[in-house]
Amino acid sequence: MNWESWVISTLNRALAHGTPLLWGTLGEIYAERAGVVNLGVEGMMILGAASAFAAAQFTGNPWLGILTGGVVGGMAALVHALFTVTLRANQYVSGLALTIFGLGLSGLLGARWVGVPLDNPLPKLTVPGLAQIPVLGPALFQRQSYLTYIGIFLAVVLWLVLYKSRWGISIRSVGESPATADALGVNVFLVRYLCVAFGGVLAGVAGGFLSVEYRPAWTEGMTAGMGWVVIALTIFAAWNPLRAVGGVLLFSGLYHLAFRLQGWFPPEFLKLMPYAFAILVLAIAGLRGARQLAPGALGIPYTRGEK
Amino acid sequence: MKRVGPFLLERRLVPSPLVVLGVSLLAILAAMGAMAIIFSAYGVDPLRAYAVIARGTLGSRFGVMQMLRRAIPLLLCGVGLVLAFRSKFWNIGAEGQLLAGAVAASGVALFSGLPDPLLLPTMFGAGFLAGAVWGMIPALLKVKLQVNDVISTLMMNYIMIYIVAWLIHGPWKGPTMRGFAYTDTFPRAAWLPLIPRSMVHWPTLVIGVAAALLMSLLLSRTRLGYELRVAGESPDAARYAGIDFLKVSLVVMLLSGGLAGLAGVGEVAGIHHKLLNPLHISSGYGYTAIIVAWLARGSPLAAIITALLFGFIFAAGDVIRVTLQIPFQVVGVFSGLILSFLIGIELLMYWRVRLLPKGER
Repeated sequence: MNWESWVISTLNRALAHGTPLLWGTLGEIYAERAGVVNLGVEGMMILGAASAFAAAQFTGNPWLGILTGGVVGGMAALVHALFTVTLRANQYVSGLALTIFGLGLSGLLGARWVGVPLDNPLPKLTVPGLAQIPVLGPALFQRQSYLTYIGIFLAVVLWLVLYKSRWGISIRSVGESPATADALGVNVFLVRYLCVAFGGVLAGVAGGFLSVEYRPAWTEGMTAGMGWVVIALTIFAAWNPLRAVGGVLLFSGLYHLAFRLQGWFPPEFLKLMPYAFAILVLAIAGLRGARQLAPGALGIPYTRGEK
Repeated sequence: MKRVGPFLLERRLVPSPLVVLGVSLLAILAAMGAMAIIFSAYGVDPLRAYAVIARGTLGSRFGVMQMLRRAIPLLLCGVGLVLAFRSKFWNIGAEGQLLAGAVAASGVALFSGLPDPLLLPTMFGAGFLAGAVWGMIPALLKVKLQVNDVISTLMMNYIMIYIVAWLIHGPWKGPTMRGFAYTDTFPRAAWLPLIPRSMVHWPTLVIGVAAALLMSLLLSRTRLGYELRVAGESPDAARYAGIDFLKVSLVVMLLSGGLAGLAGVGEVAGIHHKLLNPLHISSGYGYTAIIVAWLARGSPLAAIITALLFGFIFAAGDVIRVTLQIPFQVVGVFSGLILSFLIGIELLMYWRVRLLPKGER
């Protein structure tokens, strides 16, 4: 096998594998930028995956499936927002509860679809013209998912919104210093609710991608820790949507390079690689001092008018 | 203070134990109410479901024993997590630490060749150490490289799951098991004694209760316990007082991981007598123990009660699966609901509601 096909297949697979990670990470970046950690990503993703599969199978339309996944993810996130923003519960515990609940409920409701293939998965996209470019064409533009491109486009838009718009200033100020934002007339509670819900929608779509396109089928626990990788990538990307694209590609690229080592290592070692990588990227982020870039009020509930 | 209609809301800083208990019970009742919807969705009358559960668990010797059996690993992991949470170390890795203990105990049981009487004590020792090491790695990463403890402990779970999978499919695969992915069965001397006609390996239960007592003393009566509490409650004050965060984190995770490791020893030496599929060794005890610890609200002794409660819920899950044909995942749903309601109504504990005097209404 020559180096060209290595590069092509690694990039091609990294894009596909990285798509749900990118969607999830972009969502978590927005929630955390507004000051709310949501450890329920794994739960929202798996609920999104289960509901997207069910809706796609029931209606025969995979796009309706993805949409349903997003809506369900958003609703799950609203529960987290209710607990953490309004009831000021511990954000870590609320997120964990959401994950435990999501894994349980999806397993319960999804039991009837285990092993059933999806009739109409999401179609793949080969970009005409661009796909003929040597090396880059097959790597980036052949048989990719629509959601991959939408995800990258979304990253750019979300970066613009966050850094170049009034909304972005509001979101960042709410995450940095809610009392100041409140004094300036920003509705802290509304911004937090919206950002957390938005994060849930993206996590739900990420789950939907898994069950409606990547597999396409439903298996219990099919997110297999991706939601936690998302939280690691959020820190690694230093809460920046554009850096998230780079972080996801690096992570997924490493992951697929590791699969190239098949034959030299037992399969179990390849399977544990992504989890080891997640710790590794956080260690790298720690060395670079990424923690200092965290939003100032991350994880702290806001109480109006209290010292 | 706030006035809401004829009521007066007063803040209280330290809720009384009775209020904590009341609010916790309220959360459990609310979760049971929500579960009624799920039972109805499966076409089972919720009242009948609860009656069946009560009969199948508390109503029979077998049920009570099943509950105890499930409570053992939950107690050991839960006590360790109480300690970790008190110091604000978010150890979500009890599952992996439990499995690490199971691996070490299996290694000793199968390959050490120790004389019979030494076998079980060595297994417990090795299991404690393995769990402790698996827990201390994230502690080092957190203090030295600011690696988020939630993520690192969680990732360590997945890594350990695949290490166990590798062992049972590869180097440790039992030659006498005819192709199944298990290790060989442990020698008899490595089996823990059971309460007759049950799966309750009582030595582990005794260790669990002893651990709860010891950790309670450690927290309230020792210097280390004091440092641990200060580090958790007020990191700035701890830094000012010169408390060594590295030392505190390492000791906390030594104990927390070690106790989870002991739980793993109990499962393989008491119940399975071999190393097998990680999902069958643990059925998620490490994750459920997070709720056990949270419900215990920082008290290792209270973890005895909450571990029994979740032992009951696991036993109920078995009854639901067998009798009502609802999948076992219902346990996860119920656990998630309890935790949600628990933190959702936590705010209640800090408010006292009083009726205003007649004149002021």
